[in-house]
Amino acid sequence: MSATSPPVEDTQSGKGIKGTEGGVTNTGSRNLVRVIVLVIVLIWLIPAIGLLITSLRTPAAIESSGWWTVFASIGDTSQWTLQNYREVLESNGFAGAFLNTLVVSVPATIMPIVIATFAAYAFSWMEFKGRFLMFVFVVALLVVPLHVALIPILQLYNGGPLFDVSWLAPVVSFLTPWEVVTVEVGIPLDLNGTFLGVWLAHTGFGLPLAVYLLRNYIGSLPSELMESARIDGADHYAIFTRLIIPLSVPALASFAIFQFLWVFNDFLVALVFLGETADVRVLTIALNALNGQFQNSWHLLTAGAFISMVLPMVVFFSLQRFFVRGMTAGAVKG
Amino acid sequence: MSDVLSPQQQAGTDEEEVYRPPGPRRGSGIVVFILAVIAAVAIPALFFVALEATFEFMESQNLSPILTGFVAILIAVFGVFGVYTAVDLAIRRLPGTLSERVRPYAWAGPAVVILLIYLVYPAVNTIQLSFLDATSTNFVGWANYEYVFTDPAMLRSLRNTLAWIFVVPVSAVAIGLGFAVLADKLRRLESLAKSMIFLPMAISFIGAGIVWRFVYAFRIEGSGEQIGILNAAWTSLGNAPVDWLSINGWNNLLLMVIMVWLQTGFAMVILSSAIKGVPEDMLEAARIDGATEVQVFWRVVVPNIMSSIVVVFTTMVIGVLKVFDIVWVMTGGQDGTEVIAERMIRNMFTFRDFGRGAAIAVFMFIAVIPIMIINIRRFREEESIR
Repeated sequence: MSATSPPVEDTQSGKGIKGTEGGVTNTGSRNLVRVIVLVIVLIWLIPAIGLLITSLRTPAAIESSGWWTVFASIGDTSQWTLQNYREVLESNGFAGAFLNTLVVSVPATIMPIVIATFAAYAFSWMEFKGRFLMFVFVVALLVVPLHVALIPILQLYNGGPLFDVSWLAPVVSFLTPWEVVTVEVGIPLDLNGTFLGVWLAHTGFGLPLAVYLLRNYIGSLPSELMESARIDGADHYAIFTRLIIPLSVPALASFAIFQFLWVFNDFLVALVFLGETADVRVLTIALNALNGQFQNSWHLLTAGAFISMVLPMVVFFSLQRFFVRGMTAGAVKG
Repeated sequence: MSDVLSPQQQAGTDEEEVYRPPGPRRGSGIVVFILAVIAAVAIPALFFVALEATFEFMESQNLSPILTGFVAILIAVFGVFGVYTAVDLAIRRLPGTLSERVRPYAWAGPAVVILLIYLVYPAVNTIQLSFLDATSTNFVGWANYEYVFTDPAMLRSLRNTLAWIFVVPVSAVAIGLGFAVLADKLRRLESLAKSMIFLPMAISFIGAGIVWRFVYAFRIEGSGEQIGILNAAWTSLGNAPVDWLSINGWNNLLLMVIMVWLQTGFAMVILSSAIKGVPEDMLEAARIDGATEVQVFWRVVVPNIMSSIVVVFTTMVIGVLKVFDIVWVMTGGQDGTEVIAERMIRNMFTFRDFGRGAAIAVFMFIAVIPIMIINIRRFREEESIR
C-alpha cells in the first residue's frame, strides 16, 4: 500500500489532506497511528497478561495487591511461585483433564476429516445422480445450531427409544399371544459419558463444515490432473490416495487445526455427552467446576485457566498461517 | 449439434458404443439405489461396530486412558480409512457398469448418513419433543412454546439475545475494521499487531470467562485492595468499588465485551484481506479527484468490502445466538443476564425439562433458517457460474 495518511488526520486538522501521488508520509500522523494501534493491542492483551502474572504469584500476594503492582516490585522473589500450577494439576485433577481433552480432541478431529475427504472427492470429481441435491443438503446443515441435536442424541445415547411405532401394536397383538400396547424399535445404546459417544457427536457436528470446505478446495484442483492420471490408468481410489490427499494438505491442515481447537475448547458437547465425573471430564469442564467451587481462589482459577489455554496458544503461534485460514473459514460452524 | 459430423467425431461416437462395457443398462436404477444405500450405511455401521468392540474390550482390560486414547487415535485414522477401502474393494467386484455407478454413493453417502443421524433426525425429533412434557411422555400441545414467550426469565433472555445480536457484531466489525485500516498503514509490525488481536480466537469461552471475571473482580469497600483491574481503575478515580456483574443492564454489556474481545480478531482478519483487495487504481483515482482519506474510506473502501462485512456480520449473528458458555461461567444467568442458548441448556441440563429445552432449540433453529436460505442461494449462484 502506498497511501499512508490515516483517516484520523482529517478530524484533527479540520480539513482533508489532499492525496498526491499516494505517497505522502506525514511523520506526525504516522506516529498517531502507531499510538492508536499500540493502545488497542494493549487493551486486548491486558486481561490475558493479568491472568498469566496472577497465576505465578502466591495466594497471599494475589490477595494483598493488584497484579499490575508487580512491575514496580519485579525483583521481590517472595511473591513468585509455581505452586498454583502444581496444586491445580494434582489436587484439582487438571493433569487428568488435560489428557482426557487430548483423548477427545485427536480422534474427533481425524474422523470427520477422513469421512469428509472421501465425500468431498465424490462431490467434486464423480458423476452421480443426486450429487447437487446431496451437496445442497450439506450446505443447508452448515448453520444449524447443534443445540437442536442435543436432546434427541442424549436420549439416543441413553438407550432411549429410537422410534415409537405404537401404531403397530394391534398387528403385534394379533400375530403374537401377548397383549401389546406400545412398540418401540431401536438399538440399545449406552454411549453417555463415553469417549466414543463424544467422538461421534463431534464427527457429526463437524461434518457439514468439513465437507463444504474440502469440497471447495478439492473441486478447485485442476481437472487436467485427474484426466492425465486417468489416462495413465489410475482409478478413483488411486487418484484419491496418491494425488488428491497429498495436494490437499494445506486445506486438510487448516480444517484440522480449526476442528482440533473447536473440540479442545468445546464446553457444551462435553458437558452434555461426557459429563462432569473426574475420570472422563475435559479441561473446560474441570475449569467450570473449579470456578463454581472456588469462586475467589484466584491462584487456582488463573493457573487452571492458563493450563487450558496453553496448547491452543502454542498451536496459534507455531501454525499461525493455517490457523488463521482455518479459524476464518470455520467460523460459520453451526 | 450440427447434422454433419466430422469423421473423427463419428468414429468417436462409434467407439463409445463399441467399447461400452457389458452389463445391465435398463431397470438397474433400483439395483443401484439399493446397493448405494447399503454401501452408504455399511461404512458408518462397520466403523461404529469396530470402535465399540474395541472400546468394550479395552474397558474390560482396564487400560489406562493414555493407552485407550492412543489406540483410539490409531483406529480413528486407519479404521475409517480401512473401512472405506474394504467397501471400495467389494464394489469393484460388482458386475459391469454397476460398480462405477454405485461407487460415488459409497464415497459421499456415509457423510450424508451420519448427517442424517446426527443433525436431521434430531432436528425432526426435537420438534416432536417440543410438544411433549419434561420427560417426553405426555403431549402438552403448545404449552412449551407458551413458556418460551411468557416466562419472565425467557422474555429477559429474548431481550438480552436481541441486544447481543445487535451490540456484539456491530462493535466487533467496527473495531475490527478500524484496526485493520490502521494496522494496514504500519510498515512494520502489522502482522504482529494483528496476531495480538486475533489471539483470543484460540482460547475457550470458559477460559475467557475466567480471564474477564478477574478483570471485573470486586471487593466490598474496606475489605482490602481491589485486585480486579476495572475496580482498581474505578476506585482510583475516587469512586466506590462496584460489583460489576450484578448491576442489572450494565452486566449484560460487560458480558458482551468478552464476546467482542474474542471475536474482533475474526472480523479484523476477514476485513483486512478484503481491504487489501480493493483495487489500488480506484483509490488513486479518488485521491486525484481530491477525496480526503476519510472520504476514500467511506465512499470507496467500505462499498467495495460490503459483501465481506455482510458475511462477517451474519457469521457473528449465528455465533452470538449460540453463546452460552460466557454467561454460564460468569453469572450463571443471574441478575438478568439470561440469554436464549443459556436458557436452553439450563432447561435441558439443570432442570431436565426436555420439552421446554426442545421448544427453545426449535426457536433457535427457526431463527437461523433465513441465513440457511441465503447460504443455499449463494451456493447455487456460485455453482451456476462454475
